[in-house]
Amino acid sequence: MNTLPPSSPHTLAAASVTRTMLQVILALIPGLAVYIWFFGWGISINIAFAVTVAVAAEAVMLSLRKRPVLPYISDCSAIVTAILLAFAIPPLAPWWITFTGVLFAIVVAKHLYGGLGYNPFNPAMVGYVMLLISFPREMTSWTPTVNFLPHELGFMEHAIFIFTGQLPAGLAIDAFTEASPLDTLKTNLGLGNTVSEIKAQLGLDEATSRLLSVIPIFGVFGGKGWEWVNVGFLAGGLWLIYKKIIGWQIPVAMLGALGTMSLLFFLFDPAQYASPVFHLFSGATMLAAFFIATDPVTAATSPSGRLVYGAGIGVLMYIIRAWGGYPDSVAFAVLLMNMAVPIIDHYFKPRVFGRNGD
Amino acid sequence: MSQGAGTTRRLWKFHGGVHPPLHKDISTTLPVRAARLPDRLVLPLHQHIGEPAEPIVGKGEKILKGQMLARPQGYVSAPVHAPTSGTVTDIGNHPVPHPSGLSAPCLVIEPDGEERWIDHQAVEDYTALPPSELRNLIREAGIVGLGGAGFPAYIKYNPGHQKVIQTLILNGVECEPYITCDDMLMREAPQDILGGLRVIQHALQARECLIAIEDNKPQAIASLQQATAGCDDIEVVPVPTVYPQGSEKQLIKVLTGKEVPADGLALNIGVVCANVGTAAAVHRAINRGEPLISRYVTITGGAVAAPRNLDVLLGTPMNALIGECDGDPARIARLIMGGPMMGFALHRHDLPVIKTTNCILAATASDLPPPRPELPCIRCGACADACPVNLLPQQLYWYSKHRNLDRAQEYDLFDCIECGCCSYVCPSHIPLVQYFRYAKGDIWTQEREKEKSDIARRRHEFRQFRIEREKAERKARRARKKADGAQSERERKKAEIQAAIARTQARRQAAMKEAEKRRKAHGRGRQKAMDESPRAPDNAPEKEPRK
Repeated sequence: MNTLPPSSPHTLAAASVTRTMLQVILALIPGLAVYIWFFGWGISINIAFAVTVAVAAEAVMLSLRKRPVLPYISDCSAIVTAILLAFAIPPLAPWWITFTGVLFAIVVAKHLYGGLGYNPFNPAMVGYVMLLISFPREMTSWTPTVNFLPHELGFMEHAIFIFTGQLPAGLAIDAFTEASPLDTLKTNLGLGNTVSEIKAQLGLDEATSRLLSVIPIFGVFGGKGWEWVNVGFLAGGLWLIYKKIIGWQIPVAMLGALGTMSLLFFLFDPAQYASPVFHLFSGATMLAAFFIATDPVTAATSPSGRLVYGAGIGVLMYIIRAWGGYPDSVAFAVLLMNMAVPIIDHYFKPRVFGRNGD
Repeated sequence: MSQGAGTTRRLWKFHGGVHPPLHKDISTTLPVRAARLPDRLVLPLHQHIGEPAEPIVGKGEKILKGQMLARPQGYVSAPVHAPTSGTVTDIGNHPVPHPSGLSAPCLVIEPDGEERWIDHQAVEDYTALPPSELRNLIREAGIVGLGGAGFPAYIKYNPGHQKVIQTLILNGVECEPYITCDDMLMREAPQDILGGLRVIQHALQARECLIAIEDNKPQAIASLQQATAGCDDIEVVPVPTVYPQGSEKQLIKVLTGKEVPADGLALNIGVVCANVGTAAAVHRAINRGEPLISRYVTITGGAVAAPRNLDVLLGTPMNALIGECDGDPARIARLIMGGPMMGFALHRHDLPVIKTTNCILAATASDLPPPRPELPCIRCGACADACPVNLLPQQLYWYSKHRNLDRAQEYDLFDCIECGCCSYVCPSHIPLVQYFRYAKGDIWTQEREKEKSDIARRRHEFRQFRIEREKAERKARRARKKADGAQSERERKKAEIQAAIARTQARRQAAMKEAEKRRKAHGRGRQKAMDESPRAPDNAPEKEPRK
């Protein structure tokens, strides 16, 4: 034996970052499938494009930073960032929205801060916030569920529209976009309507809605269409917890805090505040709880710290949704709590064996 | 209570732990037998924690089996005995099994093959002996913890003056993968273990005894249950398999629910732990009068065709044992003493078996693949989930890597038991334990240097103080002299010079006078003239001292 022998432990479990990331991607599939079912092929095109851009940007940045490209890029973290960001972009947003957002997320939020493991802010959320602030119109033009579109766009029609802005002859983009349910609710509440009035108008069954030519925002228990997407993400997230890819603390604390906040205000004044179930199953709630807030790099690190971190996101989400300027609030809540991570980590450490917590 | 399979003792859990593949079955198929007597035995003088032993035999001396060859130096130390009869052929530095790969002082013995024992006898009735005498016999027998740490055993069997020992735990957990020497000992020599247990129990006056065995060793459990049947104060406790349950503090938590204080000993909570192998060695020392000269060693790994346990004389070269188990040295990618989680890789194959050698793992490249490239930490916290001490390895890593050693200590770096769970689960393949060892070493170095510089500083400060003090004293003396009207140094010198001048002048004058006298009166003798030459006056002080 010639070289200095390696030190213990001499054996390793099969875990790897790549494996973790691939399992996260796998867990996104149910949510994605439901998303496509309700909102069409746009998301899949966005995801594919975002992943391509992200991987290319990652490769360029790694080589600029003189890091080994292949082992680092095969950790698949850039792919996860790209997919999460694509979920935050409206399915009919033009290609350059996705392109700019992904580039900003990978180059600025990730690599300029030192790459995987060193970025204090969730790259996907930084990309999303940059887009939301810079291109508010594109970023708030969501689509209603496909059965309320004048024409169900096929895969190619989606692709053509995203990359060229051309719709099939005789169709106008306005018919394809509307504000998201959370946004619509907020606008209507701002106009002085009560939740039940809004629900009476926008929560009707499909046939009546079609008859009255309104696009419903309320589904069975959450946002129209979004409720099932959230159920999909919930299923994937529970699987991740089961597989021990993520801990239960952040999702439980976040959903618990959001649920509690919305329940309190709902009980206080049901006319002005939507129900907890609506909040839990609208917008990006479940995606945030299981896939965004749980990004280990930017989250608090101890189990108790993660409870605080998750709860903070839940509370902030509710505050921003109820009184803030942005009806879906995940990104801001997550980024604000990212800022709080160092201090949470400092104050919430587990009790070390044989010590009385000093 | 010794009960059947349905024991209902409540067990606790410690945080974390891992379940690596165990590979234990491969080395338990063959019965234990004595290893062949090698041509040469190499006995390091330092096989334990503490001070090395000091040789008491000379080169070339004939020795008998069981004879003490080196005596302990100081309290934390252990003697070394002759594993067989023969001749001491060398006392000097030889390679020893140590992570550093360095050489250390050893005794080399050439066996004569006669196995002639030194006079030895069993203690007739150890219960008649005071515990302190029992401890002394255990010390004289060179017994150290055989579970791996090698701490002199007699020290642990001293409850001190303040403590009542509630529980004596025999550790037959053996949670490390591959290692089966304790398992085989429990299967084959339960009476030895029980005998030792009784001796230790007497030395400690312990109230209850638990024998903890992981539930993956059903034969060992059955064997000890049978041996202890009818003993009301001994209970065999099967514990669920999890690594690192064999670690003393973790095992105590599992069995009693109590945590040993981080900076305390098991003794502080009325518990003492001993390895089953150590107990068997105590039995042989007390009930047969035989010192520790051999131990069970597992020889295993993909590079040996017939993995098994052997009863090995201390000092036997490992390559002889590997050969005895049909090993192929060419296939050994990594030779490890101990298990894959906490053992250390050896830099050569011919190192001697020492008291702490529980396992020789001759691993092929596929048994233990080479370390994978280290990727950035993603702070996933898998390490924190696995840590049996409930540390935050990801934070410790951060601080260790960036040499922020104060912060590392704030995160209780020194509570790390280096079990390897964190490195084992890390998805980024970061050798966390290596970082922690490095940081600990760094802190020790710093502390030593600080101590050194403290001493140097104190010495310097004292020197400054002394110079100042002397200066002050001189000043005071001068002032006193001045006050007494005494002469100052300079003035005294001047006076001396003056006196010398005066002397010379006087001599010259005298000589001139003499010459004149001689000229005048020729009769006078020279000698007399010489005698009469005037002596210089004795430093007559000047009347007016000048400044």
